[in-house]
Amino acid sequence: MAAITLKSAAAMPLKMAPGHKACPGCGLPIICKQAFSQVEDPLVVSVATGCLEIISSGYPVTAWNIPFIHSAFENAAATISGAEATYISLKRRGRIPADKKIKFAALAGDGGTYDIGLQALSGALERGHNFVYICFDNEAYMNTGGQRSGGTPMGSSTTTAPAGKVKAGKLQFKKDLTMICAMHHIPYAAQVAPSRWRDLMKKARKAFDYEGPAFINALSVCPTGWKSDASMGMEITQMAVDSCMFPLFEVENGLVRVTYKPKEKLPVAEYMKHMGRFRHMFKPENAEFLGRIQEAVDERWEWLLLQDRFTRELEAEKKAEKE
Amino acid sequence: MPTVTEKLKTTKDSNAAMGEAMRQINPDVICAYPITPSTPIMETFAMYLADGEVDTELVAVESEHSAMSACVGAAAAGARVMNATAANGLALMFEILCVASGLRLPLVLGIANRPISSPLNIHGDHYDTYGVREAGWIQLYSENAQETYDNMIQAVRISEHPDVRTPVMVCMDGFQSSHCAENIVIEPDKFVTDFVGTYKPSYTTFLDVDNPTTMGAYDLPNYLFEHKREQHQGLLEAPAVIEAVGKEYGEKTGRPYGFVEEYRLEDAEFAVVAMNATCGTAKDVVDELREEGIKAGLLKVRVYRPFPYEIVAQALKPLKAVACLDRMLPNGAMGGPLFNEVRSALYDFAVKPSVVNYIYGIGGRDLQPKHLRRAFLRLKDIGTSGETGPYVDYLNLRE
Repeated sequence: MAAITLKSAAAMPLKMAPGHKACPGCGLPIICKQAFSQVEDPLVVSVATGCLEIISSGYPVTAWNIPFIHSAFENAAATISGAEATYISLKRRGRIPADKKIKFAALAGDGGTYDIGLQALSGALERGHNFVYICFDNEAYMNTGGQRSGGTPMGSSTTTAPAGKVKAGKLQFKKDLTMICAMHHIPYAAQVAPSRWRDLMKKARKAFDYEGPAFINALSVCPTGWKSDASMGMEITQMAVDSCMFPLFEVENGLVRVTYKPKEKLPVAEYMKHMGRFRHMFKPENAEFLGRIQEAVDERWEWLLLQDRFTRELEAEKKAEKE
Repeated sequence: MPTVTEKLKTTKDSNAAMGEAMRQINPDVICAYPITPSTPIMETFAMYLADGEVDTELVAVESEHSAMSACVGAAAAGARVMNATAANGLALMFEILCVASGLRLPLVLGIANRPISSPLNIHGDHYDTYGVREAGWIQLYSENAQETYDNMIQAVRISEHPDVRTPVMVCMDGFQSSHCAENIVIEPDKFVTDFVGTYKPSYTTFLDVDNPTTMGAYDLPNYLFEHKREQHQGLLEAPAVIEAVGKEYGEKTGRPYGFVEEYRLEDAEFAVVAMNATCGTAKDVVDELREEGIKAGLLKVRVYRPFPYEIVAQALKPLKAVACLDRMLPNGAMGGPLFNEVRSALYDFAVKPSVVNYIYGIGGRDLQPKHLRRAFLRLKDIGTSGETGPYVDYLNLRE
C-alpha cells in the first residue's frame, strides 16, 4: 500500500459515501473515511444499531458502497462472526474462489460496545475471528438523546445521569474498554482520535493487516451531545487527547505503546470548558469533584506511561541481546 | 456414526436423530450454544466434526443471543445455517429470531421443547416455542425421533425455497423425545445430500462484494408496513411448499408428510388435537377406546405456523366434541395457544363440534393413558348432554 498521506487516503474510493445524515461536525464519517482509506481489499461491515446505522442506511437510500448489514444493537461482533465463518466455509467448499480476499469489520458506538455489546464482542475476540472491531466512542447514547454509557467520562452530564442540584453528572470513571479488549490477547488493540489522522490511519492499517481480531476505540466528537461548537470538532478532539482524558496508545502482541505524548499536558478543565456537557463542573461546589477527575486522569496516564516504559525497556533489552 | 450408504434401521433419541440429520446435511455453518435438553444435538455434531465426518464451520458462541446473531450473519453471507436450542435459550434469541425472519433469511433451528424459567425446570413443555410463535418463523412439530429426523431434512428445503425464505424451527419434546431412544430409519447419506442439494441463495449475499447490498436498513412509518406485509407473504406461500416437499419426501422415503396427521378420524365423533410426543400416547388411547366402541380419534398438528386452519377445520367439523391439548397455561387468554387456533378455525361453520381445552405436561409432568381416557370420556359426556362446561381444564394436576 501507498505511504500514509492525506493525498493517498483521498485517492481511495469512498466506502461510505457523502449524502448521509450525520449532524454537522459529527466525528463518525471522518473516522470512517480515515480508517477505511487504509483498506485496499474488499470490505464488508456489520453495523450495530446507533448513530452510524441511522445516518447511513435509512430505506430507501444508503450511503454504503460496500456490503452492509445491520441486525441489532448488541450483536455487531456476533453477526460478523457468522459472516466470517461463512467466508472460511465457502472458500473451503469452493463456492468462494480461494484467492478472493475480503476484510471484515464490526462497527458500533460506545453504547453498543462498552455496554450492551460487550459480551458478544468478548466472545468474538476469544474465538479469534479475523475481523476489526471499531468502536465509535462519542461517550454516551447519542442516537437517543444522550444517555449515560460505560464510556461516558466522569463528570459529564447525560440525560440519565444529569447534573442537578445535588449531583454533578456521571460519578464513575470511563471503563477502560481498550485494555479489556487487549487482555483477550488479541494481536492488536488501539485508541485513536481523528485529530491525529496519521496515527489513526496507521493503526487502522495495522488492525486490518493483522490475522485475527483487532480492536480500535475511536473518540468520535458529537457536537449535538457534547454541546460544543460544530466547527471546533477536531480542536476539541485534540484537547481530549492532550488532556489525557482520551490517551492514544496501542497494544500490539501484548506490548503497550503510548503513540502520542502531549508536550504539555492540558488540564482537564481546559478541555471541559469547550463543552456544555461539563458546564456544571465550573460551579464552585464542584471544584473538589473536578480536582478528583484531574487526579484520576493523571493516575491512569501515569499507569499507561509505565506500561509504555516497560515496553521500551523490553525492546532495548532485546536489541542489546541481538547485538 | 460413519457413512450411511443404504437405509439403516437403528435406535436413536430425537437429539441424536437431529444430530444425524445435521451430519448428513453437512451445513456450511452452525452457530450454537448449549442448553439442556438440546445440548446433545450439538455434542453429537461436534463429535462428527472432530472425527472429520463433516466439514461445517462450527462457531461455538458465548450465548444464544450471539448464536442466532451469528446465524443471521452467516445466512446473510450466503451459508446454509443450522442451530439448536431450547427454553431460556430460545427466549434469549427472541430479538434475533425476529431479525432473521424480518431479513427473510433461511435458517433451520432444532428445538427440544422445555419450560422457560421461573421456576427453573429443564423438562418438557411448550412454553418456549409457543412463546415465540409470533416471531415470523415456520414451526414444525415432531411426534418421535423419526419425525424429528424427517422434519429437519425437509425444513432445509422449505426454508430455502425462494417463495418462502422464512426460517424454520423443528420442535420435539424435551426429554420425552430428546432423551428417549426409539426405532428410526436413517436414509442414505446420498439421498439427503441430493434432497437438500447445494445451497444457492435466492438473494444478493453480504459476501457479494461486487454487488454491495445494504441489509437491515431502518424503515420509517412510510415503509415498514409494506415490508412486514412482504415478509408475511413468505408464510402465505409456505403451505404450497410444505405440501410439495412433504409429498416428494414421501415418494422417495415412503414416509409422506402433510400439515396434520388424522388418526382414526374418518368416522370419529370425539377427538383430541395435540402436538409432539403426546400424540403417541393418544394413538394408543384411541385404539383402546375404539375397542370399547367409542368413536375416538386424534388430530396431530405438525405445522403450527403457518397454522393450517382450513385443513384442521375440515378434519374436525363433522365431530361432536374436540379437546385441544396445550402444554402451556392460557396466561389470561381464553385458552391455550392450540385451543385458540382450533376454535378460531371452526368459528365460521354453523355446525361444529364443542371445543374444550386441556392443559397438560407442564414441566415434564407425565400424561398417562388414564388421563387421556378421562378427557375422551368428558368429550363423550359433552356429546350426550350438549353441556360444554368450563373451557379450560387440567390433566394430572394436583388441586
